Amino acid sequence: MNFGFTEEQNLLKDQVQRFMKEACPMTRVREISASENAFDKDLWQQAADLGWLGLTIPESYGGLGLKWIDLIVVLEAAAEGLSPLPIASHALATSAIVACASEEQKARWLPAMASGAAVVTLGLYDEANWIDPAAITATATTAGGKVSLKGKKPFVNDALAADYLLLAVQGPDGLALAAVGRDQVQVAAQPTIDSTKPMASVDLSGAAIDAADLLPLSPAQLAFLTDCGGVATTAEMVGAGAAVLSMTSTYAKERIQFGKPIGQYQGVKHRLADMFVDLESYRSLCYFAAWAVDDSPEELAKAVSMAKGYASDAFAQIGIDGVGLHGAIGFTADYDAQLYLKRSKWARPMYGDSDYHMDRIATLGGL
Amino acid sequence: MDFDYTPREQSFREEVRDFITENLPPKEKRDKNFLATWLEKVRAKGWVGFAWPKEFGGSDGGLMEQAILKEEMSLAKAPPLGTSMMGLAWVGPGIMEYGTEEQKQKFIPDILDSKVTWCTGYSEPNHGSDLAAIQCKAELQGDHYVGNGQEIWTTGAPWSQWIILLTRTDFNVTSKHDGITCFLVPMDAPGVEVRPIQNMAGDKHFAEIFFTDVQVPVENRLGAEGEGWKVTVSALANERSSIGEVTQLQAKLDDLKELVKNSKRQGKPATEDPKVRRTVAKFEMKISAMKYNGLRYLTKQIKGEPLTSETSVNKLHRASLEIEMDDFAIELSGQAGLQLKGGEEAVDNGTWSKGALNWPNVVIGGGTPNIQRNIIAERILGQPKD
Repeated sequence: MNFGFTEEQNLLKDQVQRFMKEACPMTRVREISASENAFDKDLWQQAADLGWLGLTIPESYGGLGLKWIDLIVVLEAAAEGLSPLPIASHALATSAIVACASEEQKARWLPAMASGAAVVTLGLYDEANWIDPAAITATATTAGGKVSLKGKKPFVNDALAADYLLLAVQGPDGLALAAVGRDQVQVAAQPTIDSTKPMASVDLSGAAIDAADLLPLSPAQLAFLTDCGGVATTAEMVGAGAAVLSMTSTYAKERIQFGKPIGQYQGVKHRLADMFVDLESYRSLCYFAAWAVDDSPEELAKAVSMAKGYASDAFAQIGIDGVGLHGAIGFTADYDAQLYLKRSKWARPMYGDSDYHMDRIATLGGL
Repeated sequence: MDFDYTPREQSFREEVRDFITENLPPKEKRDKNFLATWLEKVRAKGWVGFAWPKEFGGSDGGLMEQAILKEEMSLAKAPPLGTSMMGLAWVGPGIMEYGTEEQKQKFIPDILDSKVTWCTGYSEPNHGSDLAAIQCKAELQGDHYVGNGQEIWTTGAPWSQWIILLTRTDFNVTSKHDGITCFLVPMDAPGVEVRPIQNMAGDKHFAEIFFTDVQVPVENRLGAEGEGWKVTVSALANERSSIGEVTQLQAKLDDLKELVKNSKRQGKPATEDPKVRRTVAKFEMKISAMKYNGLRYLTKQIKGEPLTSETSVNKLHRASLEIEMDDFAIELSGQAGLQLKGGEEAVDNGTWSKGALNWPNVVIGGGTPNIQRNIIAERILGQPKD
């Protein structure tokens, strides 16, 4: 039993934090978010060269062959600076291919994903905030040696930045993932209040793909990938939550009111302490869930629901208090605290809100 | 990161489980000698003061094995490993760290053998949370000190034989943390008077203690004169890591789930009520958070990294869980939930209603929730002191 990170993992964390500070500071994050497709190809290539995009890709396909517990080190540290790079989406697509694809398909896709040449994202459900195989209504039907797709997926993460998309459909033999190039489908930006997490709707209708681009997807694999999404989102919530707490805590030490730093008043300091308690708690739950992805899959569902169920509401409150404890300055567009509040709104329903996860904890706990 | 236990840890767990199977009969089959026999047996195993150095009668047990031992014992709802709870938690460790050779030999064996029960004199009528503002006075007169003052809310005082007592030996100090001295005092010393106080649950666990010209020999001073605050801080660090047991809460949650399964809300099974499901899930989630927080901090300790005050995190969780779980059980049971033990309709023999009146035991002792928040904000986040 050892619940700590290795020396290598700590070095990786330092590396990502340095990268965010030097190559992708908040001014750059704001620029990227405001740009067309909200994507920076150069930064993406740098991330690839550092090995981050192939962390969980097997070595035989050009990756590093590491685990989700290594991946979340990157996700957490990148989210401290609200990285707009589609690393989480790319990693989820990686897990989908590793879990569902044939050897031929893996050999075709994974090396380009590890090298950064191809950006890939994953779109699972067609109804916002409904996690169930029934929420997949897009279809794939076989006709004349081709597979034709129909349906529309809303709010697919990073769809505009992606070169390829893996989209869940009801296929001829049950659930499947359809691999499509971005040019094969209609992708339209769907702006939300969080511009650092660009999303788009994907209209599949009229697209035709080869049978070799269809991956069978069992309900268990669908659940597994959804849970991986929950882990990735929660890891980002750990990083972003820590950053906004640190920003707010620093401000409370410096801001003088009534002759004292506001952090000296218990109304402020106790709220900061509560933020820390929640952050520490969903951090621990997140690390356990990330470990479970590879090392204890039978515990994954409950572990994810604990982590994401906790983080969804806690990070939302941390976002609100991060802005609120700053007073009016926190409310301004120029100040960065507001960007974290927006990220907390984005993260809250992603891969299940607290109602979904709490109910699943109850079920898995015997109720 | 690896949540699997090593073969050595696993085999230790098996050993504890086997011991429990062999030596812990079900409650209804325990005779009046059971506790004494149990204490003797766990003592023979070396499990009392398990982590203490062998030279003091402990087992030099590792932190991880200690956690496993506690976990298995509380899963089995076993009796404690010794009846000198405060002796084991912080008086013993304090004596081992600051005591004289004589004190070690005199006090440590009796703690391990459950022969002597200790209580802790830290709170005074005007100073609870503000621990360092001590007024109880001790004055050196020849080969002994003379103590005068009053302690209050002293848990276990009515049945303890010894008290670890904080006094002020110097009133002319610039910092209130200076001039404090710690003593080990027999409760039957002339001039010590104990007046039990009844709490809202009807129990008399704590008391006020009056000290009038109590003579305490110099050899009963723990640590140097004026060093009392240092002794206390290290003792309280022991308390924060010994309070906050996750397994007890897990067992309580299991009982709560059974109650939920057997309860109805408006004529329908309570298990179908979304609010009930969400509430129970929240308890389970927070208990799990405590578990993994605890394991993360334990790993830090094992690696030799300094723990600042992270254990306050779990203490805050425990404080709210203790109150909320009992209250939820009562709410679920309606008026029957209000009956205490012996009541015609009492639920689970009044466990929940009793708990709903007894939470201050765990919530206030060792620092109230607001003190824990101060600790986190000041020591971890670096906020200025109040």
